Amino acid sequence: MKRINREHKVRNFHQAKWDEPIIFELSNKGERGILVPEAEGEIVKAVGDGVSKIPESMKRESLPNLPEINQKRVLMHYLRLSQETLGADLNIEIGQGTCTMKYNPKINEYIARMPEMTELHPLQDESTVQGILEIMYKTDLCMREISGMDQFSFQPGGGSHAILTMASIVRKYHREYGEEEQRDEIITTVYSHPSDAAAPATKGYKIITIMPDREGYPDYEAFKNAVSERTAAFFVANPEDTGVFNPRIKEFTDLVRKAGGLNCYDQANANGLLGVTRAKEAGFDMCFFNLHKTFSTPHGCGGPGGGALGVVKELIDYLPKPIIGLKDGKYFLDYDLDKSIEKVRLFNGVPQTVLKAYAWIMSLGAEGLYEAAKVAVLNNNYLFKKLLEHKGVDAPYIRGKQRIEQVRYTLEKLTEDTGITTGDIARRVMDFGMHYWTSHHPYYVPEPITLEPTETPSKEDLDEYISTLHHIFDEAYEKPEIIKNAPHRSTIHQVDESSFDDPEKWAPTWRVYLKKTKKD
Amino acid sequence: MAIGGYKNHPYIPNSVEEVQKEMLKELGLESLEDLHEGVPEELKFKSKMNLPEPYKSEYELKRAMERTLRKNKTCKDYINFLGAGCWQHYVPAICDEISGRSEFLTAYAGEPYNDHGRFQSLFEYESLVAELVDMDVANVPTFDWPQAAATSIRMAARITNGKEALVIGTIDRQKLLIIKNYCDPVVEIKLIDYDEETGKMDLEDLKAKISDNTAAVYFENPSFLGFIEDQGQKISDIAHNAGAISIVGIDPSSLGVLAPPRHYGADIICGDLQPLGIHMNYGGGQSGFISTRDEEKFVMEFPSRLFGVAPTTVEGEYGFGDIAYERTSFGNLREKGKEFVGTQTALWGITAGVYLSLMGPIGMYELGKNIMQKSQYAIKELNRIKGVKGSKFNSINFKEFVVDFNGTGKTIEEINKELLKKGIFGGKDLSKDFPELGQCGLYCVTEIHLKEDIDKLVDSIKEIIEG
Amino acid sequence: MKKIGLIVNPIAGMGGKVGLKGTDGIHILNKAVRLGATPEAPAKTLKALKKLLPVRDRLVIVTCSGNMGQEEAENMGFRTNIVYSSKEPITNSNDTKLGAKKIEEEGVDLLIFVGGDGTARDLYESVGNKQLVLGIPAGVKIHSPVYANTPEKAGELALLYVTGKNMVVREEEVVDIDEEAFRKDMVRTQLYGYLKVPVDKKFMQNKKAPTPLNEETTQKAIALDIVDHMDKDTCYIIGPGTTTRAIMQALSLPYTLLGVDVVMNRKLIKKDVSERDLLNYVNQYPSKLILTPTGGQGYLLGRGNQQISGEVVKKIGKENIIIVSTNSKIIELRGKPLLVYTGDEKVDQMLKGYYRVKVGYGMEMMYGVETG
Repeated sequence: MKRINREHKVRNFHQAKWDEPIIFELSNKGERGILVPEAEGEIVKAVGDGVSKIPESMKRESLPNLPEINQKRVLMHYLRLSQETLGADLNIEIGQGTCTMKYNPKINEYIARMPEMTELHPLQDESTVQGILEIMYKTDLCMREISGMDQFSFQPGGGSHAILTMASIVRKYHREYGEEEQRDEIITTVYSHPSDAAAPATKGYKIITIMPDREGYPDYEAFKNAVSERTAAFFVANPEDTGVFNPRIKEFTDLVRKAGGLNCYDQANANGLLGVTRAKEAGFDMCFFNLHKTFSTPHGCGGPGGGALGVVKELIDYLPKPIIGLKDGKYFLDYDLDKSIEKVRLFNGVPQTVLKAYAWIMSLGAEGLYEAAKVAVLNNNYLFKKLLEHKGVDAPYIRGKQRIEQVRYTLEKLTEDTGITTGDIARRVMDFGMHYWTSHHPYYVPEPITLEPTETPSKEDLDEYISTLHHIFDEAYEKPEIIKNAPHRSTIHQVDESSFDDPEKWAPTWRVYLKKTKKD
Repeated sequence: MAIGGYKNHPYIPNSVEEVQKEMLKELGLESLEDLHEGVPEELKFKSKMNLPEPYKSEYELKRAMERTLRKNKTCKDYINFLGAGCWQHYVPAICDEISGRSEFLTAYAGEPYNDHGRFQSLFEYESLVAELVDMDVANVPTFDWPQAAATSIRMAARITNGKEALVIGTIDRQKLLIIKNYCDPVVEIKLIDYDEETGKMDLEDLKAKISDNTAAVYFENPSFLGFIEDQGQKISDIAHNAGAISIVGIDPSSLGVLAPPRHYGADIICGDLQPLGIHMNYGGGQSGFISTRDEEKFVMEFPSRLFGVAPTTVEGEYGFGDIAYERTSFGNLREKGKEFVGTQTALWGITAGVYLSLMGPIGMYELGKNIMQKSQYAIKELNRIKGVKGSKFNSINFKEFVVDFNGTGKTIEEINKELLKKGIFGGKDLSKDFPELGQCGLYCVTEIHLKEDIDKLVDSIKEIIEG
Repeated sequence: MKKIGLIVNPIAGMGGKVGLKGTDGIHILNKAVRLGATPEAPAKTLKALKKLLPVRDRLVIVTCSGNMGQEEAENMGFRTNIVYSSKEPITNSNDTKLGAKKIEEEGVDLLIFVGGDGTARDLYESVGNKQLVLGIPAGVKIHSPVYANTPEKAGELALLYVTGKNMVVREEEVVDIDEEAFRKDMVRTQLYGYLKVPVDKKFMQNKKAPTPLNEETTQKAIALDIVDHMDKDTCYIIGPGTTTRAIMQALSLPYTLLGVDVVMNRKLIKKDVSERDLLNYVNQYPSKLILTPTGGQGYLLGRGNQQISGEVVKKIGKENIIIVSTNSKIIELRGKPLLVYTGDEKVDQMLKGYYRVKVGYGMEMMYGVETG
């Protein structure tokens, strides 16, 4: 038998394709997926069927139109759908820049699935949840050291939610000082996450965006012109999504502080900075980490994740309630925050995510976190150098200098030369079992790609990703049609998106699809 | 700070020194310390972070974590009657199997071509929830029910241009705080009185408070305090007559037996998916959803993603993608880009879809019926205890009910402390959030409670009170 | 069966290869032919039409006789419907206008035209901004963004449109430059109007971000911000542009698309004012000036709004200038500053600096202004 040829430049991949129908199409009348316990005879004797007591107007007239499917078929269906999903565990996960798709250690999942985690009710007496409270408290202490902040809250359910929470604190803070009306502006930058503008706007703020200067740093002169007595806060990522670190960040935060505003740090891009530089020294009043990015908890197709929000001493009282306290050797839920914005998520956030983050920290320690950051930056700059060797690829800003943990590249040259766009390439990369993300909209960098390797891939993995992209870029010059018609080895072919914006045709659910496609 | 501690960490392949050297050489660098040239010296953290010493192996980590977690007492160790927004239901094994799959667990924001299965399973979840609530559209889930309710209110505010929302007075106080924070300063939240006998909405108060500035009337079924609000149609009519949107929050486990709110005039439905196959996780299992009719004015106001089905270039394939991705706020441009999206709770959406596929119509009916029977039984039995009223309100309940201890001479806090000693988590103490109710507890009974569990609760309370 | 219009300006681009900058006017054309120019447009038309071959059987090309489209379409084997025939041996601007009108009247889904900026002007004059059009670039001067980048791209866009793919419609500027000045290497653009063109939306994947508003809705949002915050008894001078036009629409006032209009207390004071009118107003009332940049070049002043002279601007004052722009216009500048050119150097110098450009309701962007 011949061995698999590992000298190949690219992988001979094909995604699973099961032609699995929509779940409703699997229904067979009378089949059951699971049985529900019946009330004991004595209960029935005492209260009857229970449902006839429901007021007439509140009785459901006909059963919900759910499918009837046997258990094995349900399992088979969802297993097949899972196989048609390219999780980070299966691929060399470099292509979802800004998302920090690092390895999510399996042991942490194992621990989080213990009944001592899953079977806790959030309102149990504190004495019965000392274990999870201890873990949350200790994670808080670690986060304080990593950021330099003085207290963390784990209530926000993700990064954007943490931004909303920071904006809520900003509003409450200025209200407290009688400046809520006056301070109605929040400043952010183009290459920070769009939620740094969107979430404060949700809280009624005006948003002022700073464009980059020629080097890609937020334009300081423009910033000076934007800061005023109307500034409520500055929301910024550093490094931004370009991987460029703003070295003058302290001057920015000083300016805002002098003007009476607060400095809020979006640390979605913290993975290259652990142990290297901290929020506190850069002059921030608040910051947050995405536990599902930097701290290795899985992304779950888009949550549940976690936004760990840290603040300086002066702002602790504004945090949502409760935070975790320790007194006389007992952990407790501390509601004693007199300026609190009260609450942003039910109960105590997403504790199983905090647990996984803690397990990750405790498997690396201070030196391990630092090593992770260093290697993430090493991997990124290695990838950066290798990709730029192709004539079609470039990256705007700070030429000849290192980036932190990710880079936003441009394929403008390739597109000009070949007519192949970054959107086309994104579909083709799929044919090799990998991800590839362009950028948020609108595209400020033309024909963008945003790649972030993290510390997870080995050099061999990186080399495979690089040679795959080079291979595809060459295809763009040599046989563009193969890219135009991609994907070829995915579960499906190009989707006809024309109905998605047409209220007459769009089908957000199966019942709507059936209604709109019914032949008269 | 000296590098040196960690070499060859299993999570960091390129911590191998030889490989590092090779890669650094490629970059023209000597050591890892030559990286981060863009971070100025004065911002560099010079000392080693003061973090606890890490565990040196996976085994040691596991041992230590297990030891800590075992300090918890679980709802398996104790009999649990707590609900109040997080409910203990049976989680079918298939739900755990699917939500634990590597592919779903570690996927994120891939394209329809990478993640066909993720798109299809979330589309199916939306479709299943839509059937359960008898609506047309459901979103990829939000953080939790309060978030879903708050967003529903802001959607209504954008549609109507109203600046305030009227919310039922029996709402969970935690939920109310979240809604208030999320709506501040755009929509003002006002409470509507409730009838102290039945718990139901005081329609006269609603009529008095509603105006053309009202964006929405929000109420729940079953209510937070467990009773069924049967004036739904009247409430919706009053809302509609004032140009407001009728929003109903629901517990989806009730919809096998209770009428879906669309049947009594609801325009927007929201609720929590946690009862549908998701473990409580100390509150980490919450997941909100929003559902509306398939009308442009509603669809365009969703801040969440909505996955739709469409053909591909090959006959006989289902393709998926985002409905109305470039969503515009026709109703109220002044409110700009409709809130925000981000990582919320997609995995719980998939899990809820699996649950509904397993349960089917009959399963959901039997679940509802079982819960109705057991909660009625519990109320009936509790009523036999001297000084205890099994249900404070004289309405019919689903799953939860307010147990009135005012006649016992004991506080709910005292009773719960005693119950804890007997291995029971008593119902939520309502005396702080609803001082007007005095010493009452919100009890939750579901299909996981056997008769013996309920009997043990009744016997224990009896013992505590009657001595 | 879909109906696609096609109109070719057969002489477009003939000047380019022989160093002339356009073929507007018969004597220039004669000069071009003398210098050895050959037609460019037919080959470019064929390149674009080739992309439509896969759907040939589902199309009728509504076009004009001979070298105005018929030859190219039939050459590629398309079914045609000829609705206009030129009487001249060498077609001119008038033929383009008449032909385009006929095609529009025939009711086509999309009108493809081949030419340069001059042709786009003719299109605008005959069919205005009602008909959906798409330009195949063949002329020497291509400054109007109504053209696809290459003939092939134009063909692909048309194909996407015909096959009902995800498209958005955008109004783009028709600009042309002063031919005389261009021949002397001075670029002076003039805005002539707007044409409605389809824009490919297929790059709308990667949906992790909050959804951005589309162009038209953004303009509405910007307009509402302006309208909501108008001061009383203040004269609002509204410059030309689609973004500024949205302000007049938000106020339900009549407006001129290419001229300058003046509003006070939400009422129209005067449409299409002159410099003299403006001086008159700004001397009497506190005034604010609302400007939007031209596409691609980013001119705020000095391109198509010469009425707003240095003297007028000086009187209004730098602090009373409000700049509005959609995000996409700013992105198109690729970091280049916005430009002012009033002809008065002192005023231009005074106007330099950073401004808050309104890009949405309650959304601003700090952006630099330089002298042009």
